[in-house]
Amino acid sequence: MTDMTAESGLTAPRSDTYLNHGSTLWSWLTTTDHKRIALLYFGSITLFFFIGGAAATMIRLELISPNGALFTNDGYNRLFTLHGVIMVWFFLVPSIPTTFGNFLLPLMIGASDVAFPRLNLFSWYLNTVGGLLVVACLVLGGVDTGWTFYTPFSSMFSNSYVFLAVAAVFVVGFSTIATGVNFIVTVHALRAPGMTWFRLPLFVWTQYATAIVIILATPVLAISLALIAAERLFGLPIFDPQHGGDPVLFQHLFWFYSHPAVYIMILPAFGVVSELIACFSRRQVFGYTAMVWAILGISVIGFFVWGHHMFVAGMSPFAALVFSFLSFIVAVPSAIKVFNWTFTLYRGQIYFEAPMLYALGFIGLFTIGGLTGLFTASLPIDVHVTDSYFVVAHFHYVMVGGSVSAFFGALHFWWPKISGRMAPDGWARFAAILMFFGFNFTFFPQFVMGYLGMNRRYHHYAPEFQIYHVASSMGAVILAAAYLLPMGYLTWSLFRGQKARANPWGATGLEWQTSSPPPKHNFDQRPVVTERAYVYHPDQESPRHEEPNAREPHNPQGQRG
Amino acid sequence: MSSPALHEPFEAIDRQRLSAALGMWVFLASEILFFGSLFLGFTVYRSLHPQAILEAGRETNVVFGSVNTAILLISSVTMAVADKAAERGLRRMVVGCLAATAALGLAFLVLKGLEYREDIHEHLVPGPDFKLKTPAAQLFFGFYWSMTAIHAVHLTIGIAAVCLFAWRVSRRAFDFTASAALPSLGLYWHLVDIIWIFLYPLLYLGGRAP
Amino acid sequence: MSGSPIFWLPAASTEGARTDHLFFLLCGISTLIVLLVLTLIVTFAIRYRHGSAAPRGRLPEFFRSEFEIGWTAATAFLFLFIFWWASAAQLAGYAPPPDAIEMHVTAKQWMFKTQQPNGAREINQLHMPVDTPVRLVMTSQDVIHSFWVPAFRFKRDILPGRVTQGWFQATRTGTFHLFCAEYCGTDHSEMGGEVIVMPKADYAAWTAAQPEGDDLGKAGGKLFVKMGCAGCHAGSNAVHAPNLAGLWGRTIPLADGSSVEVDERYVRDSILQPRREIAAGYEPIMPSFQGVASEADLTRLVAYIRSLATGEDAGQ
Repeated sequence: MTDMTAESGLTAPRSDTYLNHGSTLWSWLTTTDHKRIALLYFGSITLFFFIGGAAATMIRLELISPNGALFTNDGYNRLFTLHGVIMVWFFLVPSIPTTFGNFLLPLMIGASDVAFPRLNLFSWYLNTVGGLLVVACLVLGGVDTGWTFYTPFSSMFSNSYVFLAVAAVFVVGFSTIATGVNFIVTVHALRAPGMTWFRLPLFVWTQYATAIVIILATPVLAISLALIAAERLFGLPIFDPQHGGDPVLFQHLFWFYSHPAVYIMILPAFGVVSELIACFSRRQVFGYTAMVWAILGISVIGFFVWGHHMFVAGMSPFAALVFSFLSFIVAVPSAIKVFNWTFTLYRGQIYFEAPMLYALGFIGLFTIGGLTGLFTASLPIDVHVTDSYFVVAHFHYVMVGGSVSAFFGALHFWWPKISGRMAPDGWARFAAILMFFGFNFTFFPQFVMGYLGMNRRYHHYAPEFQIYHVASSMGAVILAAAYLLPMGYLTWSLFRGQKARANPWGATGLEWQTSSPPPKHNFDQRPVVTERAYVYHPDQESPRHEEPNAREPHNPQGQRG
Repeated sequence: MSSPALHEPFEAIDRQRLSAALGMWVFLASEILFFGSLFLGFTVYRSLHPQAILEAGRETNVVFGSVNTAILLISSVTMAVADKAAERGLRRMVVGCLAATAALGLAFLVLKGLEYREDIHEHLVPGPDFKLKTPAAQLFFGFYWSMTAIHAVHLTIGIAAVCLFAWRVSRRAFDFTASAALPSLGLYWHLVDIIWIFLYPLLYLGGRAP
Repeated sequence: MSGSPIFWLPAASTEGARTDHLFFLLCGISTLIVLLVLTLIVTFAIRYRHGSAAPRGRLPEFFRSEFEIGWTAATAFLFLFIFWWASAAQLAGYAPPPDAIEMHVTAKQWMFKTQQPNGAREINQLHMPVDTPVRLVMTSQDVIHSFWVPAFRFKRDILPGRVTQGWFQATRTGTFHLFCAEYCGTDHSEMGGEVIVMPKADYAAWTAAQPEGDDLGKAGGKLFVKMGCAGCHAGSNAVHAPNLAGLWGRTIPLADGSSVEVDERYVRDSILQPRREIAAGYEPIMPSFQGVASEADLTRLVAYIRSLATGEDAGQ
């Protein structure tokens, strides 16, 4: 509101946006622009989301009947393994960091690109190579080890394309390490003048914390998978019990990565939701400093809870107590975040556009996912429910209800910035509500049947569980529709959508201080930051009422020029 | 303040150099976790099967191991000299030292190859006709082969990068005094060296202690 | 198991009742928290929708750090309380009662082979008496499996190359599902069976009616001779090796100054890795039987050595 003239100058159509800077395929495949690389990643992860989703659809179809006649035993085993491998490593882990992280991180800190642009492009190519390997594995006949690759089944007994799958995950692991290195250095070295650490938007903090977890956890996964490959290809006994090797050692190494990986998936979602809640309540995030410490606390403690995946695998009772204790402790910062988001709404001016609905849905689903985490952290309950549908429901609430809702929230919030067009809000709100109900419909019955004894990874099951499976499959139909809808209306909006202003939501972040879509070099002049994040209203006062189409931040983070 | 070595998105060469170094340190942290898991696995088995691991540890060829350790240590010296020479702009010195580093790295690989040939000849590859009878002895060689092979892959990448830089410096293709590439490459090379310094006592000396 | 209730599975073991109490407690706490968050969000969303007439005004000063510290402490205390309750419940049921009867389970792709104390064998079934503690001694012949009886709230992984143990005490008679909970390959979905809990008298009758099984201890005694163990460990001998009679259950000193209880784990490890824990006063001369003695052999040898403790000398 300080300079409306500049604002109108920004809304004027410009010809030098990052999108029309070059139009050949070659210019896209050799780009080092972080925004274009983000779009390349959008392409990859959308593809894998739908491959993984197709597998999920077939799983739900198969489970309608307790005798599951659509697939053979081997066919079903390959199906759920494929679903897990693709959703975890080719969608969830890269989803928010490589797309929104790549697109927004430099914009939010006022930089013209990430620190190592060529490394950034290289990481997309690595991701693509990994993707091709996993598709090759799928086409040749798939892999049947479960996404956890437990030895000695994966190393000595499986008759499927374990090596290809392991190689694919190995390669894509190095792709995320490259992204992690890039983000850490970018945040350290390229913040605009005045952008101090405690002025960073929470989205940047979560990307930074995620990058650290990626750097320290992913190599452990890489080496455990490499050792499986060595065991399969060269017969080196590493985890082989016949030679005194220890299969539980593999589980320790695997979960040393795979538990922190849960935080790789959920931390960026925390960042997204913090941005959305603040912007649509027109309020500062409640307890910004506590939020930062909670993010860092989660990423540190998250490294020391891996053992809770192995309570029944033969662990000393003392170790089990320690891991159980730490698992309760890591839940405290998550609880703090939920309360902070809730109280950000207090005395706000709340707008209910689609991104906000996704964010509110996220809080609800994540709260349930987090609380059921307390069940699985409690030793006697975990002994009963581990490897049951209770656990399946728990992690879907966190990863799908949490991360995927946040992903869609982010997609709708930053869509005007990315594409220069507004998404049709009515359709978007409908999809958000549909997703929330479809999700609960699909996964809530799984908690119940899990506690009653429904085993994970079974496609032939006892008949008393059928009623729950049928309910779950019906919910999945709704959920699938809610995931497909945005494909339609977002594509439509690319051509017919209303042209977006530079800052349609009146948000405070630096990314809204440049045109929509941004020029190739992000900012015409290097921004200078003079404000904390989220100054939607004067300190300790409440936001005033604004017309929906004329929302302006009280004080944006950057002063242009 | 513009320099040909400076590129987007940086505005000052000092900051770019620092960033490259930071990036390399972060990557090395990742590498340490990578090898750290191998060391952890080895340690676990050593405490589970102390006798078998020590028995197997006596079968490695300590002469090859020791000579290779010396070669890698010298290569780190030449790498460090190349780095210092680059700061002072001594082009021929840089090229010479890089060439020496690459040559020493290659010598290591050649010796390692000869050692592998001997190991295969002596039935030290885990499998049905393995030399030692204790089953757990094969675990040691499972780790021996994986650790040394993964180390050799790292070294090969290092040699290729050193050759590339030597070639570019000699062709005057880039501003080597300002670029952060050489110090970063040096960090990587030293890490690969240090990993070997840990592998050497683990694989060659452990079984031979009195 | 036919006619199992669809909406609830009543616990049928002592441990199961404890687990259910904890589960209900957690359900209650979680419901309260979800309701709290939901009520707050809905209230705020309606009251502070944009343009509403609700007064907003300045925030009270205490609203920041005091709130933050308050709910951090509250959640931390709540979580610690649950942790204490859960861990106490777990530890209370950790050690099996000394009088527990022992059953052996050997898992393989894709079946559970069980063996009663008297040697009777079953496949995918386990008969047991009610109100009697039962201790399982389990091992796998191939990949990792897991023994899950949902009605008992009991689950334990079965690993190759290791013995895992667990125990439960059934409180109701009936037939209960048994599942393999750890993914184990092609027929994982089919790997399961039933646990049949019988009144004590019926169980005794059932046991008596079983065909004479090969008693584990007797079979172990034969192996003890066949594999050459007796050459060093039996009676008087030129080789200085410990006599195993009466050894079971005692705590013995080791060469490194520590001491160890002679139980399944110790005997098994001593057969496979004889040089790890050497009994004080003996030379480490015994060869390893890793790869020589199969899992089934080990189970029998251990049973034999245990039978020596009570003096019912089986093989000699």
